[in-house]
Amino acid sequence: MDRVAIIGASMTKFGEREEWLRGLLAQAGRECLDDAGVAPDEVDHLYVSNMASGEFEGQTGVCNALAHDLGAMPAYTQRVDQTSASGGAGIYAAWQSVASGASEMTLLVGGEKMTHRTTAEATDVIASLTHPVEYKHGVTLPSFAGLTARRYLHEYDAPRESLAKVAVKNHENGLDNPHAQFRKEVDLETVMESPIVADPLRLYDFCPITDGSAGLLFCSESVAQELVPEDEYTVISGIGGATDTHVVHERDDPTVMGAAVESSDTAYEMADREPDDVDVAELHDMFTILEFLQSEAVGFFEQGEGWKAVEEGVTERDGELPINTSGGLKSKGHPLGASGVAQAYEIHQQLLGEAGDRQVEAEVGLACNVGGFGNCVTTTIMEEP
Amino acid sequence: MTLNAYRCPNGHVTYPGHELCPECGEEQTEEIDLSDEIGEVVTWTTNTAPPPGVRQPNSLAIVEFEVEGTSVRAIGQLAEDSEVEIGDEVRPVYAEELRNPDAGIRERESQEWDGYRFESA
Repeated sequence: MDRVAIIGASMTKFGEREEWLRGLLAQAGRECLDDAGVAPDEVDHLYVSNMASGEFEGQTGVCNALAHDLGAMPAYTQRVDQTSASGGAGIYAAWQSVASGASEMTLLVGGEKMTHRTTAEATDVIASLTHPVEYKHGVTLPSFAGLTARRYLHEYDAPRESLAKVAVKNHENGLDNPHAQFRKEVDLETVMESPIVADPLRLYDFCPITDGSAGLLFCSESVAQELVPEDEYTVISGIGGATDTHVVHERDDPTVMGAAVESSDTAYEMADREPDDVDVAELHDMFTILEFLQSEAVGFFEQGEGWKAVEEGVTERDGELPINTSGGLKSKGHPLGASGVAQAYEIHQQLLGEAGDRQVEAEVGLACNVGGFGNCVTTTIMEEP
Repeated sequence: MTLNAYRCPNGHVTYPGHELCPECGEEQTEEIDLSDEIGEVVTWTTNTAPPPGVRQPNSLAIVEFEVEGTSVRAIGQLAEDSEVEIGDEVRPVYAEELRNPDAGIRERESQEWDGYRFESA
């Protein structure tokens, strides 16, 4: 089977940016095409991953805008929204377009512009994904994190410090990422003494609000072999997407991310891989607790034992299974639609040996992108050709 | 406004109701009023950074009710003076307006804004 390859990747600086969404998307899109040496008019399909450009800045139709700004007409364009998992869903759409033969060359650009809003406003835009019986009580994504973290600590007898160690680890990784929003080391004490946001979680358990964009360029492996040397592309060997309940409290076990279980099962099967084969992973650490839940759901650790891996240093950059070498959403930032694309950017760089000071030994990488509080999840497995 | 769970002919119970039973796809034909029931706290949090129009801080709990041998959960705010722990018993108390319907992004007319908080039983 002709697999789907990634021949170009890009990522803007994440953080507080002056540009609005159109400008951010155009920057990442242009840099992604440049990375592969492909001209804009060679793009057949153009996908834009974005959750809420209309709500955040009153600009809709962003996929058409990007096609015009890059000169990619008459490419077929589509915006992909799956809330925080829009990036992963965009990878799925781009993969489908090439795997089906509908497109020979597909550009995916994810992006979000958020920092012009107050934290309360941005939180409300994101919370608009909740069910009316949740929304009317003022339930937000951070409050789901607090509710779930308390249950997790209670059920598995995990120390509160283990969550803080996720933040410490990911901030340390982010120090070496020039694109990260925060390049600042934090120690355990700083995390544990930061203000409560959603008890038992504190400020440093949460990712920031971020502007940014990232891009990936897809074609079949046979086309990739004609266009770029073998050490300059990666392949998607497995991909899966799944949903869980919309109403979060209706899940049988609040500490299990069902859609991460399902989507990773599908991805492993397609790739003919097992969790043990994965050398490096980017997990959606919008909140520290989510790194534990996903590391268990995608099969790296037994249920209720993800916290032990962090305590034992397994998931550090020089550990057995480095998780979030990019700094994760925690320190890199979380521009909603860009985040899933930026996860794959990091895995791509790691597999190509281009991750600079963050480089680890890796032949197989996994990215897990989560929308809502696990409501929609895409898992992608990438490999060296 | 009620605190009603919904049951399908196969005995699956959900709160809130859905177009079709998420377990089996049957019509949910029966309503079960939870507002006079005692429930148990599954977990809780206090959110100090709530969105516009929401009280600050905003304490929330997920509560489990037993309905004729089947458990069903609901989420809701905690009443102002209720401090709870996992496993505590709570009862629903009616509130006319849980948050200001005009302050947030969602349209006032698109949903209800009254409902039930939970207080220690």
